[in-house]
Amino acid sequence: MSLPPFLRNVRVLQLLAQILFVLLLALAAGFLYANVTTNLARQGLTVGYDFITNPASFDIGESYISYEASDSYGRALLVGLVNTLVVSALGIILTTVVGVIAGIARLSSNWLISRIAAAYVGVIRNTPLIIQLAFWYFGIILKLPPVREAVALPGSIFLTQRGMYLPGFEPTPAFNFWRIYIWIALASLAIIWFMLRLIQNRSELPLPLWAYLAYIVVPILILWVGFVTQPEPPLKANLPVLTGLNFRGGLRLTPEFAALLFGLVVYTGAFIAEVVRAGIQAVSRGQVEAARSLGFTGAQALHLIIFPQALRVIIPPLTSQYLNLAKNSSLAIAIGYPDLFSIAGTVINQTGATIEVIVIMMLSYLSMSLFTSLLMNIYNSRMRLVER
Amino acid sequence: MRKITTLIGVFALTSMLLVACAPAATTAPPATEPATTEAPATEPPATEPPATEAAAEAATATPAAAQNTSVPVAGGERLQAVLDRGNLICGVHGSFQGFGFLDTNGAWSGFDVDFCRAWAAALFNDADAVEFVSVNAQDRFTALQAGQFDVLSRNSTWTFTRDAELGLTFGPVTFYDGQAIMARKDIVSDASVGLDALEGANICVQSGTTTELNLADQFRAAGVSYEPVVFAEQTEAFQAYEEGRCDAVTSDRSQLATQGQAVLSNFDDHVILDLVMSKEPLAPAVVQGDEKWADVVHWVVYGMIEAEEHGITSENVDDFLTSEDPVIRRLLGVEGELGSKLGLSNDFVYRAIKLVGNYGEVFERNLGPFGLTRGQNDLWTNGGLMYAPPFR
Repeated sequence: MSLPPFLRNVRVLQLLAQILFVLLLALAAGFLYANVTTNLARQGLTVGYDFITNPASFDIGESYISYEASDSYGRALLVGLVNTLVVSALGIILTTVVGVIAGIARLSSNWLISRIAAAYVGVIRNTPLIIQLAFWYFGIILKLPPVREAVALPGSIFLTQRGMYLPGFEPTPAFNFWRIYIWIALASLAIIWFMLRLIQNRSELPLPLWAYLAYIVVPILILWVGFVTQPEPPLKANLPVLTGLNFRGGLRLTPEFAALLFGLVVYTGAFIAEVVRAGIQAVSRGQVEAARSLGFTGAQALHLIIFPQALRVIIPPLTSQYLNLAKNSSLAIAIGYPDLFSIAGTVINQTGATIEVIVIMMLSYLSMSLFTSLLMNIYNSRMRLVER
Repeated sequence: MRKITTLIGVFALTSMLLVACAPAATTAPPATEPATTEAPATEPPATEPPATEAAAEAATATPAAAQNTSVPVAGGERLQAVLDRGNLICGVHGSFQGFGFLDTNGAWSGFDVDFCRAWAAALFNDADAVEFVSVNAQDRFTALQAGQFDVLSRNSTWTFTRDAELGLTFGPVTFYDGQAIMARKDIVSDASVGLDALEGANICVQSGTTTELNLADQFRAAGVSYEPVVFAEQTEAFQAYEEGRCDAVTSDRSQLATQGQAVLSNFDDHVILDLVMSKEPLAPAVVQGDEKWADVVHWVVYGMIEAEEHGITSENVDDFLTSEDPVIRRLLGVEGELGSKLGLSNDFVYRAIKLVGNYGEVFERNLGPFGLTRGQNDLWTNGGLMYAPPFR
């Protein structure tokens, strides 16, 4: 029995296979959908986002946007999202620093440094993150002295188990006048940049170093005029003071935030160290030798020859590590940091809107990840080897 | 490559949107899930019930083909599904001393756990025909709706929203509780102080509980500022309080007393404020829309309360079988056909009492060691709130 001719065409077969696959996917999606709707209907539950404007009635420990219990569920979820974004963004920046240093240290010719880096990677990469978070939180930070026996560091910094208290600043009534001076100072910087570029384009020689002093001198002059004309400074210090049960005023780094940030940075840093090491080792040894024979120092070779080439290998897996860090931040609930996942859990429990809130959560994490990937892909395409 | 990622992205988005914007109902076959856990053959009840009635055969139905997984079943069918399966799946706490926890021998133990055993005893004449599923506060109602267990017996407060909006039916209140605050003795002088003593305090609380709401409501009403530190589990909230992260910890009074003694290194350094912040009637819950199953859950508990009222205990229950009192004869299934009207054996209360005990016994066995007194949970005849509708 032979197949009709068109079925022996490879292109037709490929197309048929693809159609079949899409149909199967659609069928699976349809089944899940029907399953959800029938089960919800049987339990007399309705799906909808009406709850989002109702008052949340629960408090949130820390928030970067204003929030109180009488605000809506939507606002509460937004607080969670912002908390997640803050810890993820800071975490990504810090973990890159830790990871790159550890990755380079691992390749160091200094025996001690490379062993320490290897031990760090080995221990951190091979234990679960949630255990590390519990360790940092319950084992380290909560073991700091209680509020009344706070460790006072110079400059009104207090270290306690309730967090680190730092001096902060708050605007004085004169701040509005000052805003004008600050804008003028910023504008002057832009003008200097533009003019220096104009001058440089006209001359063959590089600008003398003193020309760049304009960047410092001009804004200071403008701000000095401000100090002369305005009686009050724009900001005044806001120092933490022990009042009642806790410190008030100043800036505060909560133990939950610190433990989460620290845990994520240390954990992801170990993975990034390996990515960096792989990237550097992917650059052929001949490159180093060539650089050294041309008279580059070790640091120069690393900075100017090795790293630019290694980056092409490093960036794609680095992107995955960034995404992992952002997603791992949802473990925050174990140590009491009010991230998106933690607050969404409370909202689900108060409203019963499980599916709706999970969809919000998925879309939030998805768009966060897609945005990170997009930025990294743009960066990657810039770093790609340009072939001539 | 980019096209493929875009395609997958679009697909994921549309499928999520589809699920999100689900209209009320479509005609699709009821969902059936394959058994996911191993299916140990449950022994049919070994002892013949003392007062055998026709309906007893329902209980001894062969569990050979039983699925050991709780699956969503249509309204009115849960009882039959449980009987066919041959065991009860009960959602419990897992690490709540006195209420639902694994004891030092690795056996499930606690006040809520004993009610699971009582239902199993009434259903199968075997107090061990229970599979316990430990569930956290956040997931418990979702898991119940999804049919992961037949009944939730996990110190859950019966509230309007949960009853009306979450699609649940709550059983009779097994424990009348109230929210309280525990603080260190060096912060609050004595138990009679008000919330103002806690101005600016850090308060540890478990997420996904009514406690979290009450806390916000009470402090808002009193105009006292505080900072909540929210944990997924009560154990972690207690641990953080113990470490000094919080000035106070809040939960149901029963929980503060039992967990407090179990977790805190020196319970005497702490004081539970007299202030009652809420009413917390703790009750078992089942999925709404299955009246028969809800009735079974209700009447076994009522039977245990009623038995205590008549002085019937697990030790002397056999003596009462020969009682002349028609009320007791009906309760124990010696006379009348009350049990079969529920789809159970007529002696279902007898079984629960014989194998598990009456309400008072369950209370004393589990909560007595923690020094909890009956208080509101005493029988109505002793000035408490425990009151069972008549068995007739």
